[in-house]
Amino acid sequence: MSTFLGMPARPPRSPYGTGNLRGDEAFPRAAHHELGNGQLRRNLGRATTTIRAKRLDVTGELPDWEALRDAGSAIKTDAMNRLPELLEQLEHKVTEHGGTVHWARDSAEANEIVARLVKATGSSEVIKVKSMATQEIGLNEHLESVGITPYETDLAELIVQLAHDRPSHILVPAIHRNRDEIRQIFLDRIPGVDPELDNVPAHLAAAARAYLRQKFMTTKVAVSGANFGIAETGTLSVVESEGNGRMCLTLPDTLITVMGIEKVLPRYQDLEVFLQLLPRSSTGERMNPYTSLWTGVTPGDGPQGFHLVLLDNGRTAALADAIGRAALNCIRCSACLNVCPVYERTGGHAYGSTYPGPIGAVLTPQLAGMHAAADDPNSSLPYASSLCGACFDACPVKIDIPSLLVELRHQHTEQTGTTPEKLAMKAAATVMKRPALYRGAQKAAGLGRAVAGRDGTISRLPPPFSGWSDSRDTAAPPRQTFRAWFASDEGRAALRAAADEHDRGRTREEPDRSQDESDRSRAEDHRNHGEDGTA
Amino acid sequence: MTTARDTVLGRVRDALALAPTPATVVPRAYRTGRVLPDAERLALFTDRLLDYKAEVHPCTADRTAQVVAEVLRDRGARRIGVPTGLDPRWVDAYDGEVCPDSADIPAPELDALDAVVTASAAGCAETGTIFLDGSPDQGRRALSLVPDLHLCVVDLSAVEAGVPEALARLVPERPTTLISGPSATSDIELERVEGVHGPRTLVVVIRTDR
Repeated sequence: MSTFLGMPARPPRSPYGTGNLRGDEAFPRAAHHELGNGQLRRNLGRATTTIRAKRLDVTGELPDWEALRDAGSAIKTDAMNRLPELLEQLEHKVTEHGGTVHWARDSAEANEIVARLVKATGSSEVIKVKSMATQEIGLNEHLESVGITPYETDLAELIVQLAHDRPSHILVPAIHRNRDEIRQIFLDRIPGVDPELDNVPAHLAAAARAYLRQKFMTTKVAVSGANFGIAETGTLSVVESEGNGRMCLTLPDTLITVMGIEKVLPRYQDLEVFLQLLPRSSTGERMNPYTSLWTGVTPGDGPQGFHLVLLDNGRTAALADAIGRAALNCIRCSACLNVCPVYERTGGHAYGSTYPGPIGAVLTPQLAGMHAAADDPNSSLPYASSLCGACFDACPVKIDIPSLLVELRHQHTEQTGTTPEKLAMKAAATVMKRPALYRGAQKAAGLGRAVAGRDGTISRLPPPFSGWSDSRDTAAPPRQTFRAWFASDEGRAALRAAADEHDRGRTREEPDRSQDESDRSRAEDHRNHGEDGTA
Repeated sequence: MTTARDTVLGRVRDALALAPTPATVVPRAYRTGRVLPDAERLALFTDRLLDYKAEVHPCTADRTAQVVAEVLRDRGARRIGVPTGLDPRWVDAYDGEVCPDSADIPAPELDALDAVVTASAAGCAETGTIFLDGSPDQGRRALSLVPDLHLCVVDLSAVEAGVPEALARLVPERPTTLISGPSATSDIELERVEGVHGPRTLVVVIRTDR
């Protein structure tokens, strides 16, 4: 792209290869490993089904759910449109109330700021509230590299951290582990844990409580993320369940909050929308057990030093794309993960990013880019979807994820230049424009039966088609095309028989209307039942 | 040298200039300003609190001290913390040790308390949420967090029907905590466990007149 004077340059993406916004391998390959893990699929299947049902219950309870979604979507869009003024207002208000605001262009800068602030307190350890932003920038890894020990305090994050594992879900990061695995992790990694510890979740939670209580009481610095930052008042917010958030936000002397710039909301009043949308969409609860709201520093209550780090790390690149910008509206509720047929089978690790599932497939390539030429894992993410649209239906702020995925696929093919796939599509377009060629091609397709196995399935094709057959089995083409069948004697006979049957059915139904009514109501019952079953 | 602040704000402005979109008007057609009669608010609030495994005791205002004392005795609480501004009459009938809080008491000492008794700033019936805002009768945030039993006194007159109505009662700049049931986690195989780091027991005494 050539640059003209006066035309703004495209803002940069988050730098390649830093933080946790890119996996080691492309989605199909990563998914292939994960699909072999039966335990993972059982856990995930149960979790997503349970949360889906709970979410539908509590969203159905609110007669104004759709109005709340509309408001939520518009508030976020409005916030993105006015981002410069809102960020400046937030900075001003936080500063006015005794906090300090820092700005970070990328993950490296944010990590350095946090490490510097921690060192200034003289502490060599920090307690952490679960935070997507600090996971995204790889803060824990950085802190460890400069001699600071981070302790995750959310139970699931603690499990993941102790196991040197990666989170696999936004809401329940350790959902890929079962109770026996968690018990073993605790026995191996928590110093002084009772060797008789069994696998009952309540006992495991109690063991974590005992271990972490000591950390809460003695650690001088905490690091958190933020669900919302209110420009009007400078108020920050953390939404949680366990109380570890409240502990971190209240007990230490210093609190450092890392917040993506897209998390700003214009007005305090906007919380009335998001505090209804977020818990109901996320955990399927009417309200999460604890929400903390704080503004700068309050003398005599909570940390007396407060730092807010405002993080770009690719967000401005997403903002610069008129279509992709909508992805920044995400409030990280994870409802889209729980309804996604692809996520449900592969789990979160296959996406290779801090942000898995449908929203991750959109957000990750936007934040960190798709480097097509280098076989970049991120360029495979927009294809990790069946485009079924369930994620759009579930999204509390109405992000049209399927359309965004299609747009990213478009951008990807535009970037990549000539590929076998592109050539094939061109050839197909030419053939479909000419009836004679099309008929010929259909006949030729029948030859596909030659490469099919005895079960009528094509499971391996030679290059350049191997890319297709590597990740899916294809039914062999039929012996006869539909058009050929339609024109044949057999086809004509079948159609005539169907038409006769239809006519007979009509004459039988007409004399007895009551029978007809009861048929209809039975059919209706059946349909309703089906809906319940699939909901 | 350009600061990170200038760079990020510059990028945001560039991004918006590259892809300008029309100004958005926020539709607020959702329910606000709801008013429910006392009996309905009490019933809804109680139902939601019980659903979250909180313990609920509705009572008339003149019976507050008795109910508070009974709950604490039943739970075996011998030593309780109270915020400095708590109405002393509420703990009149309690025969254990009452420790007034102060900002210079270190948090680990709060761990030695059996329970804490606080007032509240507001409530929301539809979600079963109580709001604490650090007022003198609610104390600093650590006080209602560290002890294992939190007894919270709520005036029904401060309980609103929904979230918008309840939030409108708050002062934004005050440190505010929204509490819906006791601490809970579902992190292990999605099985709900009450009580991880916050108080494992939440008792709500609802004063129905005042």
